[in-house]
Amino acid sequence: MIRKNAVLSLVVLLVSAGLGACRKKPESAPAPTIVGVSDDVASQRRADSLAADAARRRADSLAIARGGSATDGDAQRVQTVLKQSLTQRIFFDYDKDVLRDDARTVLDAKASVLEANPAVTLVITGHTDEQGTAEYNLALGQRRAAQVKRYLVSKGVQEGRLSVQSLGDSQPLATGTDAGSYEQNRRAEFEALNAAGALMRPRS
Amino acid sequence: MMIRRALGALLCIAAPLAAQDTTKGVRIGLAYDPGSRPGIVVLPGKGVGADSARAIVQRDLDFGDRVNVIVLDAAAATDASRAASPSWPVLARLGAAAAVQVTPTVTGLHVAIYDVAKQTTALVRDYPAPPLAQAHGWRAVVHGLSDDLEEALTGTRGIARTRVLFERGRRIWTIDSDGTEVVAVTDVGTPQSAAWNPTGTMITYNTYLPAGIVVHDLVAGRSRMLVGGSGVFISPVFTPDGGSVVYSHGVEDGTDLYIASLAGGGGRRLSVGRGSDNVSPSFSPDGRRIAFMSARAGHPEIYTMDADGTNPDLLTPLEFGENAHRASPDWSPDGRYVAFHSSMAGTFQLMTISLRDRGLKQLTSDGRNEDPSWAPDGRHITFTSNRTGVKQLWVLDIETGRSRQLTHGSQPARNPAWSPRLSS
Repeated sequence: MIRKNAVLSLVVLLVSAGLGACRKKPESAPAPTIVGVSDDVASQRRADSLAADAARRRADSLAIARGGSATDGDAQRVQTVLKQSLTQRIFFDYDKDVLRDDARTVLDAKASVLEANPAVTLVITGHTDEQGTAEYNLALGQRRAAQVKRYLVSKGVQEGRLSVQSLGDSQPLATGTDAGSYEQNRRAEFEALNAAGALMRPRS
Repeated sequence: MMIRRALGALLCIAAPLAAQDTTKGVRIGLAYDPGSRPGIVVLPGKGVGADSARAIVQRDLDFGDRVNVIVLDAAAATDASRAASPSWPVLARLGAAAAVQVTPTVTGLHVAIYDVAKQTTALVRDYPAPPLAQAHGWRAVVHGLSDDLEEALTGTRGIARTRVLFERGRRIWTIDSDGTEVVAVTDVGTPQSAAWNPTGTMITYNTYLPAGIVVHDLVAGRSRMLVGGSGVFISPVFTPDGGSVVYSHGVEDGTDLYIASLAGGGGRRLSVGRGSDNVSPSFSPDGRRIAFMSARAGHPEIYTMDADGTNPDLLTPLEFGENAHRASPDWSPDGRYVAFHSSMAGTFQLMTISLRDRGLKQLTSDGRNEDPSWAPDGRHITFTSNRTGVKQLWVLDIETGRSRQLTHGSQPARNPAWSPRLSS
């Protein structure tokens, strides 16, 4: 049951990327690093980056859809999609560790890739924006990472393959002090270990 | 100016007093109304370093906020520096209750306090000091004599000879209470939330890569990881006896407060957070209670508990609304208040809550203000504020509301911890 759902969600993700439906949920795309730029410039760059990302994914999912006739280039793109789905960031609301719907979608995709690749392990790192004390933020980052781990375990990933850590507010993606920067900094990041070789696609 | 010639005589008469007046806590019999601040003139002294000493003392007394430092204009200062003794009529006209003078000697500094109303030398004292060239030690002696002066003039010891720990650029630093002498204490790494031991000879802080609690001996210049491992280790403070550290730790199910002895043996859990976050402990001065931040009711509020973790009690009135956030408690040295920061109109402001009647008082309103830490006088608070754009440390006098910027520069500074009174 769990396995089916997880695989389904990756398929949904890949297909929805192709259909451009991810415009509805821009938070699910990897956000670019923006350093000390104005709100307007930052959101323009974000939009550009999201558009480029959507186009790339569309090409990738088309390649996957072509299935058996995939060229080397297509295979590479599939690998890129699989690796990206493992490391894609998720974002949180202010002062919250609750997983948003867009975050769950991203995590579902990770769960199915992890299931298809049993050697791969994941380091989950929780981050916060700079609001509040460093002390509280270190705890909040840990809570976010732990929440992600619990969710992945609930989707069938073995606990031992997931480790959590918090960097609190010390590593912002965006260094601005505006709401847009803060939004990008409230996140969990993922490092995939033993994922250097070719990854298996989740079976449907 | 008539009195000029009398100086030598005054000092000769006063000299024998020096021996009996060197005890700490000497209070001169100045007519002092606590409601109004006595006017003090710092007279120019003679000799190498006299001007520096005067400038430091003037600023220390000003920053103490208990006396009104009357600054002589250039002409008056020139006259006074030529005069051999205080000019009583001039001092009286300026509204000075007392005048003080610091004169460098062969072995250190000589200090005199003059009572203007009585037209007498009220107190003299000699301070051994390193040569002026050893700026750090020399300044420390001047700050110490400023604190003695404030005690003699007002009955309450000053806080000039103190330092503030803070974070900047992934290091811990200290800065003197007057904003000078910024010194790096740690290398670049991931140190956070530094705190002093009760004698100001050691500090403790947490790191997150690797995660642990570090104890750093300032005298020996050595540091070691007291506890560490997986999960997070946050916000350590020394117990009032200096023998243990209380800190926050958690792996995947919230964070709780723990205690670990410097003698070893690892950590023992104190709080029962049941999956919530419990961080930022601060001891009551008698060591019996700990104030801390807990999110056990759904969002961060300030609680107190016994030092062994029993009898937890919500201190701040529970605020409803999902973005309510009270954090970073610091218990005042007189035991009467806990300072903390509270969410307010989309930002954070400093507040105090009275332990007696739980009365709340808002201390700041300009910019975002966080991380309060009491000075040992229980009257000044250092904190982080972004009121000028970049986060810097500020000092607030809670009696008058006067504030001053402590750190400067383009890099943000934060998480201050005010030292106890220092002897070195």
